[in-house]
Order: sequence, then C-alpha cells, then structure tokens
Amino acid sequence: MTSISVLKQRENQIYQKGNQPFKMECETKSLAGAVSQRACVFCGSRVVLYPIADALHLIHGPIGCASYTWDIRGAQSSGPELHRMSFSTDLSETDIIYGGEKKLKKALLELIEKYSPKAAFIYCTCIVGIIGDDVDAICRQVEDQTGIPVIAVHSEGFKGTKKDGYKAACDALFSLIERNKAPRVTLPDSINILGEFNIGGETWIIKKYYESMGVKVVSVITGDGRVEEVQQARNAALNVVQCSGSVIHLAKQMEKDYGIPYIRVSYFGIEDTSDALYQVAVFFDKNPEILKKTQDMIRKEVQAIVPRLETMKKDLEGKKAAIYVGGAFKAFSMIKALKTLGMEVVLAGSQTGTQEDYEVLRQMCNEGTVILDDSNPLELAKYSVEKDADLFIGGVKERPIAYKMGIGFCDHNHERKIPLVGFEGMVNFAKEVHGTVTSPVWDLVPRRQKPAGKEGAI
Amino acid sequence: MTLKKHKDTPSYTATQNACKMCTPLGATLVFQGIEGCVPLLHGSQGCSTYMRRYLISHFKEPVDIASSNFTEETAVFGGGANLKLAIENVARQYAPSMIGIATTCLSETIGDDVQLILNSMDNHINGTALVHVSTPAYSGTHVDGFHGAVAAVVDRFNPVGKRIVYRPKKKKKINLFPGMLSNEDLRHLKDIFEDFHTPVTILPDYSERLEGPSWEEYQAIQKGGTSISAIEKMNVAVHTLEFGAVLALTAEMGQKTAGDILSKRFGVPCTRLPIPIGVKATDRFLDTLSQISGRPVPEKYRKEKWRLVDAYVDGNKYVAKKRALIYGEEDFVVSMAGFLAEVGIIPVLCASGGKSKTFKKALEDTLPETLIDQVVIQNDMDFTCMEETAAAMPEDLRPEIIIGNSKGYAMARRLKIPLVRVGFPIHDRVGGPRILHVGYKGAQQLFDNIVNTILTAKQTESRIGYSYM
Repeated sequence: MTSISVLKQRENQIYQKGNQPFKMECETKSLAGAVSQRACVFCGSRVVLYPIADALHLIHGPIGCASYTWDIRGAQSSGPELHRMSFSTDLSETDIIYGGEKKLKKALLELIEKYSPKAAFIYCTCIVGIIGDDVDAICRQVEDQTGIPVIAVHSEGFKGTKKDGYKAACDALFSLIERNKAPRVTLPDSINILGEFNIGGETWIIKKYYESMGVKVVSVITGDGRVEEVQQARNAALNVVQCSGSVIHLAKQMEKDYGIPYIRVSYFGIEDTSDALYQVAVFFDKNPEILKKTQDMIRKEVQAIVPRLETMKKDLEGKKAAIYVGGAFKAFSMIKALKTLGMEVVLAGSQTGTQEDYEVLRQMCNEGTVILDDSNPLELAKYSVEKDADLFIGGVKERPIAYKMGIGFCDHNHERKIPLVGFEGMVNFAKEVHGTVTSPVWDLVPRRQKPAGKEGAI
Repeated sequence: MTLKKHKDTPSYTATQNACKMCTPLGATLVFQGIEGCVPLLHGSQGCSTYMRRYLISHFKEPVDIASSNFTEETAVFGGGANLKLAIENVARQYAPSMIGIATTCLSETIGDDVQLILNSMDNHINGTALVHVSTPAYSGTHVDGFHGAVAAVVDRFNPVGKRIVYRPKKKKKINLFPGMLSNEDLRHLKDIFEDFHTPVTILPDYSERLEGPSWEEYQAIQKGGTSISAIEKMNVAVHTLEFGAVLALTAEMGQKTAGDILSKRFGVPCTRLPIPIGVKATDRFLDTLSQISGRPVPEKYRKEKWRLVDAYVDGNKYVAKKRALIYGEEDFVVSMAGFLAEVGIIPVLCASGGKSKTFKKALEDTLPETLIDQVVIQNDMDFTCMEETAAAMPEDLRPEIIIGNSKGYAMARRLKIPLVRVGFPIHDRVGGPRILHVGYKGAQQLFDNIVNTILTAKQTESRIGYSYM
C-alpha cells in the first residue's frame, strides 16, 4: 500500500499505538478535498428526529436532501409510519429568487391537513440559510393556525458537522418538551431511554429488560417515538443516555432545567448491557426489589446465550477486526464485544471522537492498533490491509472499501435492519460476524491468493 | 380519454416521495465514467456523502466523491479558497487525470464564479484537467445534471477552433452518448460495436469502474472509463449517436447537447435515437449503425432478434392487455413504454419526476395511436401522486404490474401490485447494475422477467397452484 499517501494536514489525526507520543487532533472541520466519511448538519438532525413516527418531517430545500434520505433508516414503529415518508418543499429557481416562505407555509398546511400529524419538524437545509427564509416565523404562524407544535430544525448543512446537527435536533426536542403545559410530576422508578432509535426493533428489546426489572420507561427518545410520549419525558426520574454524542445536549438541558440526572450507557455486548442495567438498578437502590430482579434477569439471559457464543468463538479466535463508526463511544462497546468473541481490534476510528474518547480507545487497544479521526476511504483501506483485518465494522460507505479488499463486513449504522443491542442482539452480532468471517469466499479473493508476507508492504 | 383520472387527484405543493434526484448526482455519475476522474462537489460535506451513499447502494462499489466542505465563513465570504484547497488535496491524494467539479445549490446561490476560479488556475493542476459543470439542485433533475456534465466535458476537450488534425476514413469511429444506462447496457453496447467492427467512444462509460474485480492493492481510482484522449478525438468521429427520445425533442427546442457541440463546431453529424429497448427501437439502432458504419448488421443479431420474437409469441397471451405503471427517468420511461406496447402490455400510467416539456410528445410519438387514449402521461410527478392516481383508476383499468426502480417498492407494496425492478436505482436487491435493458438481449430478459412476474402472481393466487403451463 505504499502508493497511498496520507495528506499532510491529516497526519495528526492518525495514531498508531506504541510509536509516538499520544496527542490526537480531533473535533476539527473536515479537510476540503479529503473525501471525509462524515455527513452534514442536516444528516445529524435527521438521524435523531427521524424515528418520531407520528410527526411530519418536512425538508425545506431543493429535492436532493429529501431524496437521499427517504426511508433509509432502519428505525421501526409499532404504529404510525409517517416518518418513512419523504416530504420536501422541492425548491425551484423562482423560489430561490423570491424566497420559499410562501411555499413552505402552503406545503405545511396541506400536509398537516392530509396526514394529521401530532407535530411537525421543518428541516432547514443549506439553501434556506442562504436565502434567509424566516422559517421560525412560518412555524409560529402554522402552529397558531393548526394547534400542533411546529418546530424549525436549524440544520443548514454548512453550519458545522453532523454533531452540530445532533444539537439542533436536541434543541427541537427540548422545545417540543417545553410545550407540555401540564404540571411536572416525578414518577417513581422511572427513566427516559435517550439516544436509542429502534433500529431493527432495538427499543423493544431494551424496554423489555427494563420492564422485567420493574423500572418504568416514560419515553424513548426517539426510538418508536411519539410526540406525546416525548413530551412526557420531563416526568422521569433519570435519563439513561445511549449514543451520548447525539443526545447529550438534551440530557444536559433536562438536568439544568428540570433537575433530572443522567447516566451514560451502552447496550452493545454482554458486558456493557449488563453494566447499563445494573447502573439503573443501583440508581433506584431505594427499591431493592429492582436490583434483585435485574440480577435474576441478567443471569438468565447470559446463561441462555453464552453456549451459542462459545461455539462461534472457536472459529473467530485470533481474527482481526477494524472498526470505523460515527461516535467513539460505540467503538468502546464494540471492542469489548469483539473480545468476547475472541477477536482482536487492529484499527479503531470514529467520525466525531473527542480527545478523551481517543484516550480511552488508546488504553483499550493493543500495541500497534491504528486509531483514526475523521478518516477517508484511502486511509481506511490502507490501514485495514496493512493490519490484515478479517472483519470491518462500519456503515454503508465503508462496506465497498472492505469488500473490494476481500475483507468481511458488518454493518453498524442507522440503516441496519437487524437488532444488535442487548443479549439477543449480541447473538445476532456474533452470527453476522461469524457468518462473514468464516465465509469461503475470502479464499478466492486476490488478497488471499498470494503467499503471506503482508507486513512487508508498509 | 377515458382514463384521465389523474385530474381528480389533487396537485400538492410539497413533493412527497420524489421520483427524481438532484442535478449534481447525475454529474458525479458521468465523472465516474471518465478514466482517472474524481468528482468534486463544491458545497457542503453532506451532498457528497449522501450521493456517495446513494450510488454505493446501487453499484455496491467504492464511490469516492470529494467535497469542498463549506463552513459558515465559506458561505459568507465565498468558496474560492475552499475549492482551491479541495482541488489540491484531491490531486495530491488521487493523482487523477481530471477533477470534475459540480456546483451544488449552495455554491450556485452565493454566486461563486467557479469557472473564473478555474481559469485563474489555468484549468489545470499538475497535469490534472479541471472541468466544471453548473448543477444547481433547484433546477432540473439528476438527468439534467447527467446531460449537462456530458456536454461540459465534451465542450472542454473539444474547444472551438481546435484544429482537426485528421479524419480517419478507414476506421470509422463513432461517438455514442448513451444517457443514463446500466453497466450491463454499456457493456452490451460495446459488444455490439465490436461485432460491427466499428470503433466507438462511449461517454460516459462507468461499466467497469463501477463493477470491477476485487483488488489485491487498494486502487485510489478504479480502472475503466472513457479516456480523456478518446474524448479529445470525438471531434474527428464520422458520426455521433445520442440516445433519448425526450432529449431529441428538447434538443430540437434549442437545448444544447454534447452531440450539438460536436456537430456545430466540427460538423460531426448527429443522429438522435430513442434508447434501444424492444425490437423496434433496437432495429432502428442497428439499422442506423449499419448505415453510418457501412457494415451489415451481424448475423448474430438477426438470430437474437428472431429468437426474441419467437419468445414474444410463446408468451403473448400471458401479457396481452395487461396494464402496467411505469416510472423513472423520462427517456427511460418512453423507451420502456415502446417496448411494453410492442408485446401487448398497455402502459396505463407513464410517470416521471422529470420536468421536460417534451415527455408527453415523445410518448405520443412512440406509442401506437390505438393505445394512446388509454395512457395517462404525467411528468413532474412524485410517488404519492402516482400511487393516488393508480388507486383512483377504476378497478378494471388499474395497473396490474409496476415497472421501475426500487423507489416504487413502498407504493407497490401498498397497492399490492408486483414490481419488476429496472433502471436506477436498485438499492434493495443485488445485481441492479447487471440488469440489461437494451438490444434484443435486453428485451429478452425484460420480457422473461415481466412474464414470469405475472405468472408468479397468478400461481400464488391460484387455489391449487400449478406445475405446467
């Protein structure tokens, strides 16, 4: 892979454990022309708000933004499915010249009448920020006229990175919660599940655990989400935050304004799932019944899956994995889960990790592991080949990179259709990893046709 | 005009489930079909990421699209510096032969004069050609971006006043602008020219680059695509062929196409044909090719044709008077409708998200007069309107089969009408880029697929099922 060189401006965003003092450059804007795997502000907002199934999601801008995001998420709903539609004001040249406000208002009124949503989110795209439509004013007018919450999501693509989109979504969610005029009551032993988006039905798995522990789930933000349920969120005693990158702003805001504390958890892998549930049980220690139920349930669940994992582990022992995901917190859990399966992580990276995240990653990883921030196809290919990975975990854009080089792949993003959380999710994950890593097709790919000696290429 | 039911469905302000993508997507696809070219979108990071993701799910290949990564300051002070930096970094990382720069709605609106910026760089960076196409997302669809990029590339490499060095008389080279076709279509077209012993320059040709082999070493840019040197010689070809019935009519109305540029500047005659889907359209294509190349249609194709006609006969009664809904890019819909009509299927609803004023006329020219009053033609249409129009048709006139890309899946599922996947994008199946539509062979595969889909539906509905037909 000598032919692939790393851009000079990106050198400090790449670290190989053991060979240099650790100082990761991160949380910067993507370098122009570097072909970053990152998306934009709009994408971040859309991801977080998308699963609210009884809300209208209207994308204000030219058609592209709506077209490329139509029903691409794996977030499931147990009832209404309005979120799976793709609505756009589809701005044309004249709208750009004369402004899109009138069109937006007309579109909103029409759509609200046709679909009777419980609330409406209006996503402002790049162009709206430039032509200066007063979307907030339109939202207020339509809210007055229709009586449902109509909320502008300020997600102009150029205003930052995906992370800034998360914040815009959190602002929109908080504004929705604030519209609840009923008095606040703190329900005992109750939580909100935050940053859980019901990909492939994951919310239902997690909810089931909490129910059997005797913990009441007030709302899930936003998996299988409903407007009214989100508005009840301020009545919970605790916020349990998964995917903290996306919803931490909301958790902090709720702590500040309502005094609801939050904890950060992950439901990926046996270790982290158990840890998450125990943390919640311990928080409600005034009710010892909860901890007991939690212990019983976890014991039962773990016993049920361990034999199945052991069988697969035999084939996976010593295989190498590369991880490139959105948030770094997800990578921590994944490293642990892969260890459970006997695998070693040789590359770990994220789109949006912080200095602290990368420090944790460094501590978790073995010598020689490559750590990357805001990477691109060329770097990902270079290092996963140099490190001779057998498996790559990433999203849709990473898949062809892995496949082209004859590396197994496991999808871990919002477009998945299979649940990977909790104990049963761990079995699904193991099955998928096992299925691809042991596939006979890798014996046929060019990379495996040549004799060993792979270290020589670096 | 018994079926004009679409008039009963309301016309909405918002677009709901669009049957189109934005202009830069088409441009990036064209750039993927040029050897050594890397597409660069001048705008926000999201545009390139979303389009990469979109193309990857169809082609299942790496699709690198660079971005100039606008920030808030860029949006205020202009994108010149970002664009230059992006160009430098792409050149450094990829060492491309060309960087194809498409402008997004953002950079178009703040008024970045990209051509001026490129001129200041002499339209080159270290031997890499810089080519710009203007693709504001708020005017036109992905197809307009596609044609715009083809024209921009031809314009750039065949400038006014370029001295015609030679016009090879013996080897009659032909230019082909095929429009948005599948990889398999492009490969089949290349085979046809080869069988005619006639050299051809097809622009764009992403058939190898977006469906190549596994690698031993990672390739910054996949192999394949039309070479720039071939594009530079397009002005000495003996003839240009341009596919697209709608495009042909639009060109007559004054829209400048790549074929136009070559004919106006260099006198290369241009013939516009519908996309050759079905027997009649393929006949027309092969006969034209035979005429301009001076070579007879190879026996192989005669055989293919008569085998196909024989298959039409074998399957005729299963498709006779079946009603189809077809949608997709306008030119694709027109040719597909022509094919359906020739096997006896009535394309009761022909829809597209495109906005060309010539769509209706192109279909009227293509479909037999006996059929036209049973056909609802509607462009600038989204999937919600399509679904409502289909559902509003009286039951005995409603579509029984849906033909189009994966985007119609939700509609097909709700309407409980089987969907035959063709065109672009096919993102919920494997093999989308390998679907063959053109030539007798393409018609054969489409015909088998459509008949079998109808038979499967019938078999599944049957109380006893059946094993013989």
